[in-house]
Amino acid sequence: MLQLNQFTCLRDDLPLFKPLTLAIASGEIVQIAGANGAGKTTLLRTLCGLYDSFDGDILWREQPVSQVRFEFLSQLLYLGHQSGVKKSLTARENLTWFDGVKGHASSLPIEAVLAEVGLVGYADIPCHQMSAGQHRRVGLARLYLATSPLWVLDEPFTAIDKQGVVRLEQKIEAHAQAGGAVILTTHHPLSVARFRVVELDRLNGAGHD
Amino acid sequence: MGQGMIESSSLTRALWVCFKRELVVAIRHKGELANPLIFFLMVVVFLPLGVSPEKAVLSQLAPGLIWVIALLATLLSLDGLFRSDFEDGSLEQMILSPQPLAWLVLTKMAAHWLITGIPLTLLTPLLGVMLYLPPDGYIPMMISLVIGTGSLSLIGSIGAALTVGLRKGGLILSLVVMPLYVPVLIFGAGAVNSAVEGFPIGAQLAILSAMLLVSLVLAPFAVAGALKISVNS
Repeated sequence: MLQLNQFTCLRDDLPLFKPLTLAIASGEIVQIAGANGAGKTTLLRTLCGLYDSFDGDILWREQPVSQVRFEFLSQLLYLGHQSGVKKSLTARENLTWFDGVKGHASSLPIEAVLAEVGLVGYADIPCHQMSAGQHRRVGLARLYLATSPLWVLDEPFTAIDKQGVVRLEQKIEAHAQAGGAVILTTHHPLSVARFRVVELDRLNGAGHD
Repeated sequence: MGQGMIESSSLTRALWVCFKRELVVAIRHKGELANPLIFFLMVVVFLPLGVSPEKAVLSQLAPGLIWVIALLATLLSLDGLFRSDFEDGSLEQMILSPQPLAWLVLTKMAAHWLITGIPLTLLTPLLGVMLYLPPDGYIPMMISLVIGTGSLSLIGSIGAALTVGLRKGGLILSLVVMPLYVPVLIFGAGAVNSAVEGFPIGAQLAILSAMLLVSLVLAPFAVAGALKISVNS
């Protein structure tokens, strides 16, 4: 599905980590691991096209990602450190916006999606009245809304309680089994059946952040 | 054909949800919505006290003054245009939308004009009375402001997009945008002055409209590019 050839992110023209060659097929869960500052977030942002100084190739279904931007973005779901949830809007308004911007016409009603992330009855409550974890869950509810094959999740378990983590892991696993691919970073020990860990190694001498 | 129709309908839907969201967010933040208007009103109330309450003095200054204050009020409201989207990650999601970013940001600019430019224009007759604006000036003032504030919103959002990633972007925003606002101010205030003196104002309005059209075509692309640069760090 997604392939990286001799890929590394650049910061001030210096590579952040040793060049990676990596193919992610459908049905795979890939965890990007590495110490703080190793470039995990930068790697994910570069994959999505939010950060553009990198070396090497990113191929989406055998084509350079810059040439198939529309297809790539229609099939990508990115969840970053900031979840993209607007505090002054309700959960319903946030999800409707996200759905519309992404170009999906989702068939699931918002209540059912929110029930999946444990937010029953929160559809019409402004997000600034929610706790950090609930706020984060509104962002995670997107995983249930859209049917994007590629998920790029940056620290999806932040601020989520134990039951929430279990459900999220189940969802990630189900997504992979249904033929999707998941790339994620986390410092939480993953308990899904099959996943691959890609370690980012620092280059010697490139020791600045 | 079928594919094209699907794409255009999902673009329309994306534009509509973005536009609606802007308006809802604006309505939820009533304080920010009222801020430029209160500024506008305050300056006009203080001016006669500080300068002179004489009708002769004020009515001569009124056309230019109202335009300058409207421009500053717009500038005041620009700083936050992309800030909250930048901070909460919505901007990243907009960039990662398959829909063209230039179109999506155009909805933000249109909403900005609707919630600052239009209310400022509607408030003008009241302020005109307070500053003894000559009667011939009212209609030209409102027409020039409607057209002009559109350009101000469009041009200003370029500055807002460039400075959104900076911690204290306000000052730089003003410096970036000020020179670009000069022609709008000159022709906007010029139209009202001509009207007050009894001359035709078609030429000034035509130039104002031309500036609006040019910024309407170019600004969304400039803003989209600037936002991508701001996020790219």
